[in-house]
Amino acid sequence: MKSFAALYARVDETTRTSLKVAALVDYFRTASDDDKLWTIALFTGRRPKRTITAGKLREWASEIVQIEPWLFEESYSIVGDLAETISLVLPDPSQHQNQSLTHWITYIKSLSTLDDEGRKAGILAAWDSLPDMQRFLFTKLLTGGFRVGVSAKLITKALAQATDQDAGVLTHKLMGGWTPETTTFADLVLTNDPTADLSKPYPFYLAYGVDVVDDLGPPADWNAERKWDGIRGQFILRGGEHHVWSRGEDLMTDRFPELAQLRDYLPDGTVIDGEVLCFASETPLSFNALQKRIGRQTVPKKLLTEAPVILMAYDILEHQGRDIRDQPLRERREILRGLLSDISTDAPIRLSQSVTFSTWDDLRHERSRSRELNAEGLMLKRHDSPYLAGRKRGDWWKWKVDPLTIDAVMIYAQSGSGRRANLFTDYTFAVWNGNELTPFTKAYSGLTDAEFREITAWVRKNTLQKFGPVRQVPPEHVFEIAFEGIQASPRHKSGVALRFPRMLRWRQDKPVSEANTLDDLNEMLKTYG
Amino acid sequence: MADVLTFTPRGIYCPAGDFYIDPWEPVDRALITHGHADHARDGMGAYLATTTAAPVMRHRLGDIRLNTIDYGEVREIGDASVSYHPAGHVPGSAQIRVEVDGQVWVASGDYKTVDDGLSEPFEPVKCHAFITETTFGLPIFRWTPQDILADQINTWWAANAANGRYSILSAYALGKAQRLMRAVNADIGPILTHGAIENTNAILRAQGFTLPDTIRVTGDVNLKDYPGALVLATPSAIAGTWARQFGQAGTGFASGWMTLRGVRRRRGLERGFVMSDHADWAGLNSAIGATGAEKVFVTHGYTSQFQKWLISQGYDAHVVSTEYGAEDDT
Repeated sequence: MKSFAALYARVDETTRTSLKVAALVDYFRTASDDDKLWTIALFTGRRPKRTITAGKLREWASEIVQIEPWLFEESYSIVGDLAETISLVLPDPSQHQNQSLTHWITYIKSLSTLDDEGRKAGILAAWDSLPDMQRFLFTKLLTGGFRVGVSAKLITKALAQATDQDAGVLTHKLMGGWTPETTTFADLVLTNDPTADLSKPYPFYLAYGVDVVDDLGPPADWNAERKWDGIRGQFILRGGEHHVWSRGEDLMTDRFPELAQLRDYLPDGTVIDGEVLCFASETPLSFNALQKRIGRQTVPKKLLTEAPVILMAYDILEHQGRDIRDQPLRERREILRGLLSDISTDAPIRLSQSVTFSTWDDLRHERSRSRELNAEGLMLKRHDSPYLAGRKRGDWWKWKVDPLTIDAVMIYAQSGSGRRANLFTDYTFAVWNGNELTPFTKAYSGLTDAEFREITAWVRKNTLQKFGPVRQVPPEHVFEIAFEGIQASPRHKSGVALRFPRMLRWRQDKPVSEANTLDDLNEMLKTYG
Repeated sequence: MADVLTFTPRGIYCPAGDFYIDPWEPVDRALITHGHADHARDGMGAYLATTTAAPVMRHRLGDIRLNTIDYGEVREIGDASVSYHPAGHVPGSAQIRVEVDGQVWVASGDYKTVDDGLSEPFEPVKCHAFITETTFGLPIFRWTPQDILADQINTWWAANAANGRYSILSAYALGKAQRLMRAVNADIGPILTHGAIENTNAILRAQGFTLPDTIRVTGDVNLKDYPGALVLATPSAIAGTWARQFGQAGTGFASGWMTLRGVRRRRGLERGFVMSDHADWAGLNSAIGATGAEKVFVTHGYTSQFQKWLISQGYDAHVVSTEYGAEDDT
């Protein structure tokens, strides 16, 4: 655990990618195979099963330091991380143990067979034998969620360097549903043949955003498609079984049971990259329809008829059991078109049609139609591009529509947590409804640190009332709020809910009286909801 | 019985003595706990501060009417007896004790209970009512002992120096910077300073404080002559373009806020050293306990949480609204 803690500290203390990679490479060259495997698992979001509830951990920590639960909660709300809060409030350990990362994970697993008293004794003993950072990490293992500013991309890069292999191949090896219990470091990283695991997805190819397309060269080099507003997914049909993976490597097969029918329509040995979206009368529905199905592991029948999904197919990565990612997009699209051309319309799959254009101006016009088609914008892909792994510049671009915006008045402020612990960063915004201000959204991103500091100083001096952590402030500041979508919501006072709201600009030039109105919002709801 | 001190929109006010303590609006007579900008503001008719605090205040506020008082010396102002007692926050910082008709109130300003090796160590003062800060008034804040801190900073500095890198340490010009330069091992390499810090150094040296040798960074200084130096700079200098002249330097910040991983990451610094000139959770509790006060007023920091905690511990505790404290409180 000591060397894992040292790795964590080195990675955590720098924002420079090269130093993070160097720290990881050092670790991968020296750690034991078991520790390496767990480290890869943790940094790629594969955490050990929770054996102890967060509630118990809070209770035991408060008990040790003899503080009441409310004070622990207040501390937690400032720190923003349960494991960090616990390791900060606990007194220094009375002894020191030097055991490996794998030891502590095995230790945690062994607690699951014990009763509550046994678990408590086990946790308290561990807390009392691990110094600072190790105690924090041990507790982090208990609470799950291991976000440390190391992306899967960085891990792969470092591991590729340490084991001297191609990063693209390694990315593929690390995909899918493995856990340290089901594999070994040697099997996964060194000798593994990624195709042996039939459920294993290919790494997704992701695009960067583009604002100016005119510099991209001749329009004839590019294929344009709608950027559909659903969930990006990879459909895999191998050995008679199908799997649906999200971009975040979540298995979504059971969430979208309709897609099981595709086993009857597509040949075995097929992998398709597409968008899972709600679809009726040959028309994509808005994201609001899909929202009802997100987060549900199983789907009630009613929802299946109200909001049926299809796979809108963008690309084909595997055909007749062969990895064809190196073939140019033009050829892959041809294969995909052939596969889907005489398929029944009962099959829950459609080809995402190319948008025809001969000049960039044509395409600009097409882009302006995005919202009415329930699309987020356009995707531009070079006809001769291979299907790469991860986010890469050059061959693929996303050209999103501009967000919707509205000018709103800040009326409440709340301090953030974690990185923003002593700053007021979470604001509630209102629009005019006659002479009253009606709150309609919260937002907490989009400003610079300097702006957050300036507003924080202002909030401190201009608090009208405190409601717990929330401060009411005088309506003096106008912000331009950007958002991606709007829908009716009876749960909100304003009657609307926004999708991905954030602060675009602090409109210091605008008086409060010129902020938008609830009527303006309702007008947007009518047009875009 | 009337309150010895009252809380007004201009600051903490003593009716019996007709003076204010650390007011934030201009008043005729201001008693100042210490020279930091949120406590010692300009525009007062007359100031009273400790003898040690006076030179820095003159430097910062210019030509002011300033009387001085020694620690422990009793001064009658109107119907109030006033004395200043070490607060341990920065050199010259004081808690102000005010006695009227046998009732004793103490305004602490900012304080810490650990001895930083530079400031006059905190002395508890018995009182009936205590006005306290609560900048770090949550149980998550627990300071690292100064010798361990010094080891951490020395190790970091020496490692950077071995790699031919400068070590830029962010610290406030009055107090923290001098505390740091006395705590580190000056044998590791030269210590360079930003002008704002060196100005304060000069004032403190003239008062008799012993500080290690430092070199003011100016256009005439050739940085190549000082490879691997420790560079002490104010946070604003580090945020600006000034720090760029040191290239790919190691960056660190010494502050109580560095307890929180998130705050350090927000500042984009490599290293955070948990060193504060305020009291930590244990320090606040022991300081308040030592006053014997039943009535406690909390002025800035985690006020509502700390008030609730004090009430649960049996105190008659109140939150008062002041303009002390900023993100700069470290």
